[in-house]
Parts: sequence; C-alpha cells; structure tokens
Amino acid sequence: MDFQLDDDQRALKAGVRELLARRFDATALRAAVDGGGLDRGLWRALGESGFFALRLPEEAGGVGLGLPEAVLLFEEAGRALLPGPLIATHLAAGLVEGAAEGDTVVTAPDGGLVEWLAEADVVRGDATGAESIRSADPLTPLHRLPGGGDGGPPERALLTAAEQLGSAGRTTELAVQYAREREQFGQPIGAFQAVKHLCAQMLVRTEVARAAVYAAAVTGDPVESVGAKLLADEAAVRCARDCLQVYGGMGFTWEAEVHLHLKRAWLRRERWPTPARARELQAAALEEAM
Amino acid sequence: MDLTYTDEEEDFRARLREWLAAVLPTLPPKPDPLDWPGRRAYDTGWQRRLYDAGYARVHWGASATLRLIFLEETERAGAPYVGANFVGLLHAGPTIAAEGTEEQRAQWLEPVLRGDEVWCQGFSEPDAGSDLAALRTRAVRDGDAYVVSGAKIWTSHAEVADWCELLVRTDPDAPKHRGITWLAMPMDAPGITVRPLRTLAGSDEFAQLFLDEVRIPVGNRVGAENDGWRVTMVTLSYERGTAFVGEVVACRRVLVELARAAHKNGTWDDPVIRRQLGALHAEFGALWRLIQWNVSESEHTGGVPGVGGSVFKLRYSHARQELYDAAAAVLGPDALDLGREWTRDRLSSLSYTIAAGTSQIQQNIVAERILGLPKGR
Repeated sequence: MDFQLDDDQRALKAGVRELLARRFDATALRAAVDGGGLDRGLWRALGESGFFALRLPEEAGGVGLGLPEAVLLFEEAGRALLPGPLIATHLAAGLVEGAAEGDTVVTAPDGGLVEWLAEADVVRGDATGAESIRSADPLTPLHRLPGGGDGGPPERALLTAAEQLGSAGRTTELAVQYAREREQFGQPIGAFQAVKHLCAQMLVRTEVARAAVYAAAVTGDPVESVGAKLLADEAAVRCARDCLQVYGGMGFTWEAEVHLHLKRAWLRRERWPTPARARELQAAALEEAM
Repeated sequence: MDLTYTDEEEDFRARLREWLAAVLPTLPPKPDPLDWPGRRAYDTGWQRRLYDAGYARVHWGASATLRLIFLEETERAGAPYVGANFVGLLHAGPTIAAEGTEEQRAQWLEPVLRGDEVWCQGFSEPDAGSDLAALRTRAVRDGDAYVVSGAKIWTSHAEVADWCELLVRTDPDAPKHRGITWLAMPMDAPGITVRPLRTLAGSDEFAQLFLDEVRIPVGNRVGAENDGWRVTMVTLSYERGTAFVGEVVACRRVLVELARAAHKNGTWDDPVIRRQLGALHAEFGALWRLIQWNVSESEHTGGVPGVGGSVFKLRYSHARQELYDAAAAVLGPDALDLGREWTRDRLSSLSYTIAAGTSQIQQNIVAERILGLPKGR
C-alpha cells in the first residue's frame, strides 16, 4: 500500500496547474465572468494538452492514463474555476468525433440540469423540453429538464467530486492567505481563534474529502465514488461559505473570487447524485453489508 | 497511488486471521467493567497470548502498515483491544523504545510486551489539561533520587498499574516547556494515593493521583533532565496518529449493527434516520481512507505520525459522537436504558472531543502548524 501521489502524478498535477495559470488566470476568469461564452481557443488548448483524451488508450490517440490521473486533472480544473462542460466532453472522448481533440464541445444532462446547452456542438442524452433558466453561476449557462435527473456513470459523480475537492482546496487557501494578511485590532485576523478554527475546519473537510476522492479513483468502486461526492459536495460548499465569512464584507462583493466558487459548488451539488440521493445510495450499500 | 498490500502483508493478514479464529473461542468471558483486577487479568492475559504467538511487538518496531493490518483484523474479529495495556503499548513503550537507554529498554519493554506489567499515564493535572506544559508537580533532586510532590488527574488504570509515565517540573524558573522531565514511577512507592473518579458514564474509568514526597531513582528518567517536553511530543504524536485504527473499524461494525436494528424496529423506513446512517457510512469509509493515507505518509516520512493525526482526530471524534446520536435515533425510548450497550457507548463518546487534546486545541494545532496562521489568542 503506497497511498501517496507518485512522481508522475505530482508532475501531471503541477503541469495542469501551470497550464491553467497560463491560459486561465485571474484576468481571463474576470473576462469570462463579464463576457460569457465558451473560449474555443482554450478548449482546443485543453484538447492539445490531453485533458479530454487522458484516459483513451495510446493506440487510439489518447494519453493512456487512468481514473486517478483524471481525478487530479479535474481537481485542478475545479481549483481554477475552469468553465465549460468539461466532464461531459472528457467522457465523450473516443465516442464523439472531435471531443478528444477539443474540437467538439459535448454536453449531457446531469441531474435535472443541462449546462452549456446552447454552446455545445453535441448533446449526449435526452434534453427534450429543456428550458433556459437564469443561472446562479455566472460562468455556467443552464437549462432545466422537465422530468428531473437520472444516474449516469459513477465516474461522472467522481469527476464532479474531484472538481469540488479542488474548489475546497482553493477557498481554504484563499481564506488562510487573507487571514494572514488582513489586520484588525492591531494583528492579523488569523491570530484570533474564532478565525483560526474556521480555517482549521476548512482544511479538515478538504483532507477528508481528498482521501475519499483519491481512494474512489484508485478502487473505481461505484459506492465509494458516490460517498466521495457526498463528502466533496459538503467540503466545497462549506469551505466557500467559510471563506466568504473570513473575507468579511469583501467576501460579499462581486470582485472577490469567493462567490464564484460558492455558486459553482452549489451547481455541482445539484449534479447526480445530489446529497439526498447519495445518502440513500449509501444507506442501500449499508443494507447490503447487513 | 496504490491501495493494495504486498504479498508479505497479505500473508501476515491471512496467518493472523487464521490464528484469531482459532484462539478467540478459547478466551475467558469478559470481566465486569467495574472489576479492575478482573480487567487487568483479562487484558494482560490477551497480551500474553499475542506475545506467545509473536504478535506482541506489532505496536512499535513493525511497519505502520503491518500495525494497520493487525488492528484492522483484531477489531474485525472482535478480539480484545489493548485495554489496560494501552499506556504501556501505545505510549510508554514507544517512548522508551525511542528515547530510553539500552538498560531502560531491557528493564521495561519486555514486561509490557509479555503482559507482565501495566502502565498508567501521569501527564494531566487539575490545572494542566490541554495546557499540559502548565503542569506543576515538583521534582527536587536529592542524591540519587527525585523527590516528587503534586497531583495528577485522568489517570486510567491507575488502580492496577505497576508503573506510571510521569511528567514533573524539575526547573520552575525555566520557560514552561523547558523545565519538564519524563520519569517512570513505580506505583508501589510510598507516598502515592490513588482516588478513583466517577465519569458521567457511571464508571470509575480513571483516577486522581496524589503524590507526597515520592522518591523516584534518577535512573528512572527517560531522556535528559528538563527535556521531558520533547520526549512527550514523541509520545503524543503516536497517540494522535494511528492509535484510532481499531476504533474506526469498530464504528463501521456498529453502523452495520445499527442498520440491522433499524430494519428490525422499523426506523429504517424513516428517511431522516436512514439518510443519517447513509451519511455515516460515507463518513467512516472516508475516515478509513484517511487512516490509510496517514499511515502511508508516515512510512514515507520515517515512521513518526505527523500532524495529519490532528486532522483525523478532529473529524473522527465528532463522527463517533454522531454515530451514537444516530444509535439513539434508532433506539428511540430505549436510548435512555443504561442496560443498552449503545446508551453506555453514547455517554462514553462524549469524552472523545476532550481526551488527548480537545477539539479546540487540535484546531489551533492544525491552524498554526499546518496552515501557518500566527500564534495568538
């Protein structure tokens, strides 16, 4: 048992982080919020880097890596708040022409929602009757499905969980950074236990979710994947809220990055399986263990 | 990332499992929780069996992974836990193994492993709980002995212990972390009074110790004089590290039993209760993975568990309380029946967010040592 990232995995994670810092920095994030629309150039750059073809076999033009590596990739995407139907396109690689290369944007219904429906080239699944809604997340246009949501492959839930994990890690980092710098009453607010304890709990939630997400990626177990999403949903949403709290008044402004994390975390929580559904699935697994 | 075990590790697991299946049915019945001599005999008897079978050394010296497998398998099989041997095996033993002299290791380790001697812990004091470095029990050098006076509290198994790992203040003028010394105190020395303390769970789980000019040979000092704080930190990192492995396995077993009970009495049909149990299933699954992560990391960093133990303890202690709250939801009015094991366990679980460093102290540790937030109020 060597349940730690190996050198290749560390390098992959660092490489993606570096690519995203270059191609989707704070300015690009701001521009995406203000301008909307999917950046096709960025999509192709992701395709070229192997983001979508990561798990395709090498003989099919892919990178030939597995679910653990995909989870590291999507963790970084979540950390950077990268917009677009990333998971649907990743899962379509090798099945939909151009998806692996980043030439085709693929979306799919997930839960009761479809994201990026108007901008996508291909829809996998039934989006009949989908109605446009004003999305709470300024970086994700949404349609609502009349019939509610369905399941989908467990790896979809796991990759969503990985994005949530990345977001939780990022908001923890932001809160800690702010708590070290922001001074009140003549000292950094991070010296106050009330703030310190918020930050400590953020790390605890993130690290517990990390263990669950990484383990599910290694085992590929569907029940474990669903459990990982439950923990990662909680981590992403609660960490974003606590980060907002640590930021104080600044956290309530449009300028701070925090609200974007919170809104996206809420959106991902609505993807399959929602926390209520995930708890039911865990209860069913418990029944099996009886 | 790899969650599989090596062939040797799987072989260890298989042999252990086979041995447990053979030996567990031959164990004597469990003693009454209030029968201290009975508990000592039961726990040390189990330790002796482990010793004879070659498993006694697993708590220190073995790889962290073997220890993980050992704790997982013994708990899964329903074998006795360390019990009265807790301090000897998980605290004093590893500390003496790491910091003691050759002579001290020869004197104290073997009897702990054989189950011949039981240790207790004299760290906390009435005015030094989570702020352990505030301890005041005084030790004054007199020839070849330290003369110790003061009071200790929360001392589990004090009534049946042979030795006490004792923290004393040897330099009252030094900064509070620097004037502390680690001593092994024989419990039959004159001047020691043991007074049991009754817990809210109704048991006399631990005791107060009153020390009145107890003479302890200088040769019983582990580590240098006034270096006891550093020695203690070695011990505590073990306590917060993998000491909870068996208990997480036990919690997962309790959860399955709870589901069974909920089916039986119909509470499973209540979606609030059912989902509560489902959430705990995910929770303890994740905690088990976190243990594997920490164990794996400690093997990378040389064996001593790091501050990751604080992250684990913070979450686990609350999860365990939630588990027994869920048990109460399943039991309904029976949750008020002290004849029910889960009711007693629910009461006991209240100590988890306090013992071995309160949750608030653990949060300070995580914030300051991992996140690098400034020290302050």
